[in-house]
Amino acid sequence: MKRVYANETYCVGCKLCEIHCAVAHSESKDIIKAYKKEKIKPMPRIVVEDDMPISFALQCRHCEDAPCIKACITGAMQKGEQTGIVTNEENRCVGCWTCILVCPFGAIVRNEQGKKVAAKCDLCAEIEDTPACVKNCPNEALKYEEEGE
Amino acid sequence: MSLNFNVPEFMVERNEDRCIQCEVCVRQCANEVHTYDEEDNKVYADETNCVNCHRCVLMCPTRALSIKKHSLEFRENANWTASAMNEIYKQAQTGGILLSGMGNPKPYPIYWDRMLLNASQVTNPSIDPLREPMETKVILGRKPEKVTFDEDGNMTTKMPPQIELSTPILFSAMSFGSISKNAHASLARAARETGTLYNTGEGGLNKEFYEFGKNTIVQVASGRFGVHKEYLNAGAAIEIKIGQGAKPGIGGHLPGEKVGEEVSATRMIPEGSDAISPAPHHDIYSIEDLRQLIYSLKEATDYKKPVFVKIAAVHNAPAIASGIARAGADVIVMDGYRGGTGAAPTRVRDNVGIPIELALAAVDQRLREEGIRNEVSLLVAGSVRNSADVVKAVALGADAVYIGSAAVIAMGCHMCQKCYTGKCNWGIATQREDLVKRLNPEIVSTRLANLIRAWTHEIKEMLGGMGINAIDSLRGNRLMLRGIGLSEKELEILGINHAGE
Repeated sequence: MKRVYANETYCVGCKLCEIHCAVAHSESKDIIKAYKKEKIKPMPRIVVEDDMPISFALQCRHCEDAPCIKACITGAMQKGEQTGIVTNEENRCVGCWTCILVCPFGAIVRNEQGKKVAAKCDLCAEIEDTPACVKNCPNEALKYEEEGE
Repeated sequence: MSLNFNVPEFMVERNEDRCIQCEVCVRQCANEVHTYDEEDNKVYADETNCVNCHRCVLMCPTRALSIKKHSLEFRENANWTASAMNEIYKQAQTGGILLSGMGNPKPYPIYWDRMLLNASQVTNPSIDPLREPMETKVILGRKPEKVTFDEDGNMTTKMPPQIELSTPILFSAMSFGSISKNAHASLARAARETGTLYNTGEGGLNKEFYEFGKNTIVQVASGRFGVHKEYLNAGAAIEIKIGQGAKPGIGGHLPGEKVGEEVSATRMIPEGSDAISPAPHHDIYSIEDLRQLIYSLKEATDYKKPVFVKIAAVHNAPAIASGIARAGADVIVMDGYRGGTGAAPTRVRDNVGIPIELALAAVDQRLREEGIRNEVSLLVAGSVRNSADVVKAVALGADAVYIGSAAVIAMGCHMCQKCYTGKCNWGIATQREDLVKRLNPEIVSTRLANLIRAWTHEIKEMLGGMGINAIDSLRGNRLMLRGIGLSEKELEILGINHAGE
């Protein structure tokens, strides 16, 4: 399956991926409305780890044998049979954070605004062909491709 | 600390209706203009350090930023302008010479814009380059007086080394040190992709770039940094740099802070030491001395590499060029007073040298009169801004042109002219790791190659319009040029008629 790969060499640490990820997962999908008007603050599911000059963006790796799915107590965390994308069905999620505990990458974040849920990368499956982070990276430091491409 | 009399040059305008406090500007400004205040949840700007490089403007995801000229006015005075006064404040404070980056920005006449090209109408047909072949190939090198053949028709004349380029545009010398490794890599890749040459500048050649040898000109300048036999043989040609258009008569100075591990290894100097290029070559005080260096280099490379000699366009350029041709150079490079640089004393940059258009016309004329124009190729530099400038340069007599400023603009440069600070926000004129990585050679080499391709297409269109199907047929064809708004003397030097004549 296609995944998002980070190229640390060219990551400039601007965090535009975080901003556009948050917008892509907002109510309005409009950058200004999302940040200025929406009650639930937009939250990115991608995190830029930086200690300049080193920086890279990290998000869910959509593991083959995903520990978060095994650990999920409600069955909210699922892997798409066709797509391979690991998603969290937020209305079934009870916010127990077990997935966060078991994720080897630290790629799941807590969203405690409103109903407590675990928020994670869904590769923008419902919105776009290319994930928002990849599309908006100004330096092509994120690539969306098959492994080894 | 006493009061700083300098006033800010620019203002940062932030549209608060659009600013989402994402702090991208804060993270991207190497001059630390933007700061985020958590208590107020607002991004503020201290514009004192703003150089108007547009990095924040273009990175802002909501287009909330704009940079304006500062609204602060001095009392109107045609003589004591704001910049004249600010420069005095700066010098009164520091006691130092003023430094500048890039080329001469003063409003001197730009002769490219005072010359117009011809086109065919009725009596000789124009050519459509999309339907008919159009040659932009250029062969640089010394051409023999005559060629001789044996009975079987094989050429018996020994040809001096020649370089074939697919376009009359080359990337001019920019050293690794003055520009980043990623910028250097981008130029090398683009030169290979488009069949032209880039130039190492006086910084030596990093081992990683030896693979681009066929598309490399290796430079030998007064500091002789990074020069050894392997280096001389690594490129397609060798360039002896006598002078540079932005700072004729002046040497170079790469501050020790920029001499990191890699720059030090490439230049063959200790890490952290200042790299000082003397103003003259200490072994060249005459044309005869220059001849010795040219032949030393030819000897070291087995007479297989053409030797270029680069000078700044100065008052006696024609006589100097004639001497260079007679000293055995294969190519003469002339750099006009608008040529760029990483750092030059402001007064030198803005007041020394002459326009490349006039120098080119005068040199081409002189070499023709002396019957030695065939012995050298002529390359010109010093602010060739577009393909029309290239065509006009060729019509005035140039074999090809160098582009430096245009190339860095293609890489993202926004002409803030602060290259000498080492804080280039676009990753071009810097060695700071976090800034260098902002320039991705994969993206930027494509941009450079696109520029060369676009200009080459345009050159073909203009040639076709003139009814010419090869750039060689335009060379020195000054009948294709007409002056506009020029004096008799200027027309005489350019060797062209006035429009309407």
